[in-house]
Amino acid sequence: MAKTDIIIHDEKDNVGVVVIDKITPDQDCSCWIMENDKTVKIQSLNEIPLGHKIAMIDFNEGDTIIKYGHDIGKVVKTIKKGEHVHVHNVKTKKW
Amino acid sequence: MEIPKSFLGYKRENGRVGTRNHVVILPVDDISNACAEAVANNIKGTFAIPHAYGRLQFGADLELFFDTMIGTGKNPNVAAIIVIGIEPKWTKRIVDAIATTKKPVEGFSIEGAGDIKTIMKASQKAQEFSQWASEKQREECPLSDLWISVKCGESDTTSGMAANPAVGNLMDKLEPLGVHLCFGETSELTGAEKVCAARGATTEVSKKFMKTWSDYNDFILKEATNDLSESQPTAGNIAGGLTTIEEKAFGNFQKIGSRKFIDVLTPAEEPQKGPGLYFMDTSSAAGECLTLQAAAGFNIHLFPTGQGNIIGNAIEPVVKLTGNPSTAVNMKEHIDLDISKILKREMNMDQAGDELIKTTIRAASGRLTCAEVLGHKEFIMTKLFRSA
Repeated sequence: MAKTDIIIHDEKDNVGVVVIDKITPDQDCSCWIMENDKTVKIQSLNEIPLGHKIAMIDFNEGDTIIKYGHDIGKVVKTIKKGEHVHVHNVKTKKW
Repeated sequence: MEIPKSFLGYKRENGRVGTRNHVVILPVDDISNACAEAVANNIKGTFAIPHAYGRLQFGADLELFFDTMIGTGKNPNVAAIIVIGIEPKWTKRIVDAIATTKKPVEGFSIEGAGDIKTIMKASQKAQEFSQWASEKQREECPLSDLWISVKCGESDTTSGMAANPAVGNLMDKLEPLGVHLCFGETSELTGAEKVCAARGATTEVSKKFMKTWSDYNDFILKEATNDLSESQPTAGNIAGGLTTIEEKAFGNFQKIGSRKFIDVLTPAEEPQKGPGLYFMDTSSAAGECLTLQAAAGFNIHLFPTGQGNIIGNAIEPVVKLTGNPSTAVNMKEHIDLDISKILKREMNMDQAGDELIKTTIRAASGRLTCAEVLGHKEFIMTKLFRSA
């Protein structure tokens, strides 16, 4: 089985989670989609540590991040495919 | 894996089963802590559960205080108990309620006698209880005598990927065997509240859940100075990669697997609808949540962690598991089960659930948990409002 760098919970998710110590910029990463057991590839733009998220598509301000197949927050700053997704570019829709 | 049918537990007078055989010295109020701790220091095989409250509480806050104290005493992990308070009336109320379980219980009040005479009298009774309890033996009990509570802490994205769904896998396998299960953390379901409500076993239960969540959310909106972004997610959650409360909530929610919950409990309320999964209205602070679940009668706790929460409980053994490979190595002494192989796809969820069942049964049968060995005995009262 190919080494997994990123895990994606659900087919519908537009972010994945890094499961190795860290990925480095321009790394070709192998992503395992848990729901359908498929493998997809993505090239990273930033260094992203274990447990942090990577954008699987390009996002504009106001777009919705989907994880576990559900809405987990809104994009507040443009994000490119392969970029680190976290508190600097995504905010809660609650509170 | 064929699931083991039994574990070794302590059968109690009221038909419940304990996973531990504690002899507790319980102070009713803050000023009785010194006396209770002196008795526990005198008499080996006992321990005190000091806490900060029990004076001038009133209304719903006082009722929750009594439910917490009484429930702690009634928990089957407690073999026998000494209750010590400043005044006789509240002490007696707690003693009388615990006595309905038929377990040995005796109360002492300090007013008019002073600490030293009370310590002497209570120590004599504690010695009797300690020696009596020491002869109790573990017996084979069906898994349906397990009452399992769950709560996660210092969560990160590995919690939602590995440790929480492993607990969910255990629930899916053990619920059909007649186990009682309980999850809580009202505020941490924010963002997933509608999906959670849909897991109510009946429309009535779903409505009860939404009302409980809405009341809590209204309270938070009323009291918050701006928003909860400083507390939910916590700094530890954010360091672990969790970005929003919604992401945390959907990860948290993995703990109940594909189960439906059969009732919504108020804080510390004992389940009345028989085996199955219950939701309890609790804070998401680990110490408070576990204390309420233990007071409701749960006898073993499963605690998935990502970044490494170190919580224990005074009377309920706490089994910790993590899917985070760094935490499993760097905080090894706190982790009862390491399932980080899931992230490398060297272990699947079915195997992780089986490993967790084995670890849970060993702990229920007497193997000390990491939290117990390290001396974690957290007992944290949930306070609803300030005292009079």
